[in-house]
Amino acid sequence: MDLRSSVEIITEWDIVAARQLGRNEAKKAGFGTVDQARITTAISELARNIYLYAGKGKIEIERVTDNGKFGIKIIASDEGPGIPDLRKVMEDGFSTSGGLGAGMPGVKRLMDEFKVASETGAGTTITTTKWLH
Amino acid sequence: MPQEVGRQYKEIMGKYLESPSEEDLYVGQQFSRRFIEKEIAPEDVISIHKTALIELHPELQDEVWNSLDFLIEMMIHYGLTLREHQSLIRKQEAIQMEMNVATKVQDTLLKTKMPCVSGLDVGYISQPATQMNGDYVYFLNKKHESGVAVADVIGKGIPAALCMSMIKFGMDGLPDGNTSPENVLGIINRIVEKSVDDSMFISMFYGKYNAEDTTFSYASAGHEPALHFTNSTGEFSELDAKGLLLGVKPDTEYEERSVVLNDGDFIAMMTDGVTETRTEDGFIDMNTIQNLLREVKDMSAQQIAEHVYHHLAELQNYRLSDDFTIVIFKKEPEQV
Repeated sequence: MDLRSSVEIITEWDIVAARQLGRNEAKKAGFGTVDQARITTAISELARNIYLYAGKGKIEIERVTDNGKFGIKIIASDEGPGIPDLRKVMEDGFSTSGGLGAGMPGVKRLMDEFKVASETGAGTTITTTKWLH
Repeated sequence: MPQEVGRQYKEIMGKYLESPSEEDLYVGQQFSRRFIEKEIAPEDVISIHKTALIELHPELQDEVWNSLDFLIEMMIHYGLTLREHQSLIRKQEAIQMEMNVATKVQDTLLKTKMPCVSGLDVGYISQPATQMNGDYVYFLNKKHESGVAVADVIGKGIPAALCMSMIKFGMDGLPDGNTSPENVLGIINRIVEKSVDDSMFISMFYGKYNAEDTTFSYASAGHEPALHFTNSTGEFSELDAKGLLLGVKPDTEYEERSVVLNDGDFIAMMTDGVTETRTEDGFIDMNTIQNLLREVKDMSAQQIAEHVYHHLAELQNYRLSDDFTIVIFKKEPEQV
């Protein structure tokens, strides 16, 4: 199964489109209301970071399976400035988006798996998965 | 996990919806503790609520269900914030444990031995304002003399405490036979000047009692003056000597002075945590300290130190605004 769909993030309205796509996919995959909201929030945060810090990028959503488990994977990628200090960004209490941003630790908590690759000057790719329990 | 709690939630809420009573609300609130114990997120609580309501009243209109979905969405960030707080609390507990270990290390590291020369009774008390102490007392003991360094790092807490170990090792490394107060301060000053950055200042008083001629000689690096009590007159005089704070200039010279102690006389050396005790009416003045000392002039050196501490701590409601240290050297009749 390789169902992949994506949304380009260029304007703030694209964040809403990415959310919508994520929620639909999560619903189709069989997630309950709360998990749909969590997946959507994670996408929202990732898309917002792209919009605010990289200018533009992409959110891809795909269904995944692993040993009989089903889930949904989100890949957020951009060619922005990159994250200079990953450790700091992953710390609680340090939120790059400020205000209501849940930041990276928030996204990590909303999902089950979380991986970030970033190179200064070249961009950031965040891959995060949630499994159907 | 939520199935069992969900079933109980539905039961409690069902009773309440049938005929609302304070009792049901009380039971419900008690039950909410289980949610907290099980770390059930706020959005899950609403979801449990919605599930229970669907089972109890499936006839309700879509607006109700949609509004609950909307509420779930609203609660996601609350849930995240809650979990972030929980994780920060755990982190703080870990830091607190490290601090406790650090305090123990400091106590061991900075241990000093009370002097024991004939005719001199010594007492002291040193209390940190926060967990780690930025005041330091160190005794240098010899056969017929005993020296004491009272130091205060400007600032308090961990940075001040780290600085203190340097003084301690400087004192330990002092060459034998070179322990006149002016020399001691000169040497420690050079060590401090080399080792700490410009923003860290240390004041220090060094006093030495010589049992053979009962003199007390002293020097000061910008420290609080000591108080000298003369038993025959009942009067106090301030002991101060010229000298810059430690670490300011490498070649600072320190003035050395001395007084002779007679039976019943004593010297009180302290840090600014004592002299700058702040109460609701402002700073206390030297007279307060002198009166406190005079009240207990006939007691042992340790009792004198504790008396001053307990009184001044009480004035501040036992919440010290600065590290608090007082050392008493009291001349006693020789025991032959």
